[in-house]
Amino acid sequence: MPSLSEIIRESQIWKSIFRHPMPVDRRNRIVVMLTNFFLHLHPVSAKKQGIALSYTWCMGGVTFFLFLIETITGVLLMFYYRPTLEWAYSDILALRDVTSLGLMRELHRWGAHAMVITVWLHMYRVFLTGSYKPPREFNWVVGVILLLLTLLLSFTGYLLPWDQLAIWAITVGSNMARAHPVLGHEGPGAALLTVDGIDMITNASDARFGLLGARFVGEETLNRFYVLHCVAIPLAASLLIAIHFWRVRKDGGISGPL
Amino acid sequence: MHGHLPLDEFLVQIRGFLGSYYVALATMNAIAALYLWQTGKSKIWLRVGPIELSSSLACLAASGLFLLVSPIAYSVDPSLVDVISIPKPLRAGLDKAMTPVSYSIGTFFVLAVLFVGRRWFSRPEIAWTGLNLSLLLMGFSMTDQNFASVVTKPDNVPIVGLVFLLGFFTWLATRRAVLNDERAARGEPPLEALDSEKVLVWPDLVYTELICMVALTALMLLWAIGLQAPLEEPASAMKTPNPSKAPWYFLGLQEMLVYYDPWMAGVVLPVTVIGGLMAIPYLDFNKLGNGYYTITQRRFAYVTFQFGFLVLWITLIVMGTFLRGPNWNFFGFYETWDAHKVEALNNVDLSQHFWISLLNRPMPKAPENSDLLVKIVYVVFRELPGIALIAGYFTVLPPLLVIFPPFSALFRNMYLKMGFLRYMVMSNLLLTMALLPIKMVLRWTINLKYFIAIPEYLLNF
Ligand code: HEM
Repeated sequence: MPSLSEIIRESQIWKSIFRHPMPVDRRNRIVVMLTNFFLHLHPVSAKKQGIALSYTWCMGGVTFFLFLIETITGVLLMFYYRPTLEWAYSDILALRDVTSLGLMRELHRWGAHAMVITVWLHMYRVFLTGSYKPPREFNWVVGVILLLLTLLLSFTGYLLPWDQLAIWAITVGSNMARAHPVLGHEGPGAALLTVDGIDMITNASDARFGLLGARFVGEETLNRFYVLHCVAIPLAASLLIAIHFWRVRKDGGISGPL
Repeated sequence: MHGHLPLDEFLVQIRGFLGSYYVALATMNAIAALYLWQTGKSKIWLRVGPIELSSSLACLAASGLFLLVSPIAYSVDPSLVDVISIPKPLRAGLDKAMTPVSYSIGTFFVLAVLFVGRRWFSRPEIAWTGLNLSLLLMGFSMTDQNFASVVTKPDNVPIVGLVFLLGFFTWLATRRAVLNDERAARGEPPLEALDSEKVLVWPDLVYTELICMVALTALMLLWAIGLQAPLEEPASAMKTPNPSKAPWYFLGLQEMLVYYDPWMAGVVLPVTVIGGLMAIPYLDFNKLGNGYYTITQRRFAYVTFQFGFLVLWITLIVMGTFLRGPNWNFFGFYETWDAHKVEALNNVDLSQHFWISLLNRPMPKAPENSDLLVKIVYVVFRELPGIALIAGYFTVLPPLLVIFPPFSALFRNMYLKMGFLRYMVMSNLLLTMALLPIKMVLRWTINLKYFIAIPEYLLNF
């Protein structure tokens, strides 16, 4: 009598998905890495030290996994949340009090904090092992952009609950843009941009206005940050993560002593 | 925010947390004891008759102590809890002693000592003792209402985690670097070179990743269940909270606002930090230390990065989060956030120092009704000392560093290897970074406000 797992593994359905036997011997452990879409990101073999936890701290991997958690919980949150002055706050309240499995907001918020922390730790590790040195210079640059995107993701998301914490943190953060040299109406040099005595840079045309879509944090801002947070930045981050991973492979795998 | 409950109510509120906190510490030490004993890694320090004082036994003892503390924390009896708190007078004294000056210099000093003495501090038993002591200090501080209310604010919890994680990983990296540097001194290859044998990614890496994923999911679930995401009152443009803080990862920048105007702290410096980070691989010409932990083979890069990251970024975030209260005033860890605290501000610009204090003359001022150009000339003349100083700092100082000892020992070689342009970029980034602590010290010592103060055109530096 064949066992149940044997029946499953001999079935046409299973075989159509996994085109090789279980990866228990050397040959099939290689084949699995080559044929599986998700695993083919990895090389077939790697130096032992390069994949040691004590070397990489797995922090890049953890950051990526947190990004996935954020994507999944974020999509679930989007089912409930409407980015308008009328609904934003009460939707968040309902997410806490009414929704079943109301952990999504917690997972999403703490995941975001955790991701900021792990991306810093990842950068720290990459620096301390000198892994930005040739041939990995460019991947470090891609990484720095990813760091920036991670912070921006966190920052734009901070506004969405539309509570006191949210709007004032964003107000403090975005007030800086008003002092942008030349482009902010309270920045050095802005007064120089006048045509016939009319200021070109005012609180309704400066860098902060561009960021907020208004002269203060309001409904336009909420909409703008929502789109940035849920669509624009995640797309950019996904693309860069793909490039980042590709480059890890193309630069010769995880760094190690030459 | 700093809700003040009667003591017994407060103790009831934290007993659950504190009690389990000490149980967790006890467990942690018990596991360490077991690990040391089982793997035979336990070191014997002292023999007293038949008893061997070993590191395993020490962990067991620590575990027992924590286990004793736990019920005390749970007891809610104020006189008992006093025993596991920092004595009140000491707390008051610490708060008094804590100022931006002592905090900044203190953290810098501690980090510098840890770095210089890294061979000793990174030894596992010393690091473990340090970890236990800091966790104990944390627990002893938690019985203070002011401390507890800041640290347990939901959005602040991650920063406590960040501090301990950074401590751990800095230790891990330093330990490796110390071992590697010792090996290099003996002419041996780094530890990383020993494991250069190739292994199959399935199962060696794929399983590690899977385990990391499961552990992380468990951790995130626990965190999400244990700590509710904050939600304050609905947004209101009318009610400005005091203090108004940016999200925690930007608090280093907000702290810089004390020393720089927003156009610097909020725009120029962040852009410089990002640009400077991107430039690192193109400025660091040192080929050594690629792919393994080492300090001695890349001392300058290592120290500069640690200084920028740990001192100028992390400690400022910790300060902005835990020590800055209403009106961005400074408060000690155990101090009540009093919105009426006044801090005397009597900062003076460099031009005032120069014209009034030094030359004993009035500040140059354009005659009434003169036209724009004349006004600008006067302003520039008035601010000439600062403008010359800053211009010199960024353009003349870098060549001087190459020429004159003691700095030439370091920078001459860099200049020769990098060429003029790259050297100037590197040194200007370095000097921009150094300007923050310089500005801090000048603020504390001579109350310097701005090097260049041109409020007429909002250009203060
Ligand atoms: C969303 C953010 C990021 C993700 C998901 C990510 C992911 C990863 C992963 C999975 C690796 C493989 C090795 C490892 O796990 O350590 C890696 C390597 C690397 N990362 Fe990142 N990373 C991110 C941000 C950054 C940042 C901020 C930097 C630097 C500023 C950076 C620079 C690098 C470099 C240079 C490597 C190659 C390291 C080596 O070969 O040892 N990455 N990254």
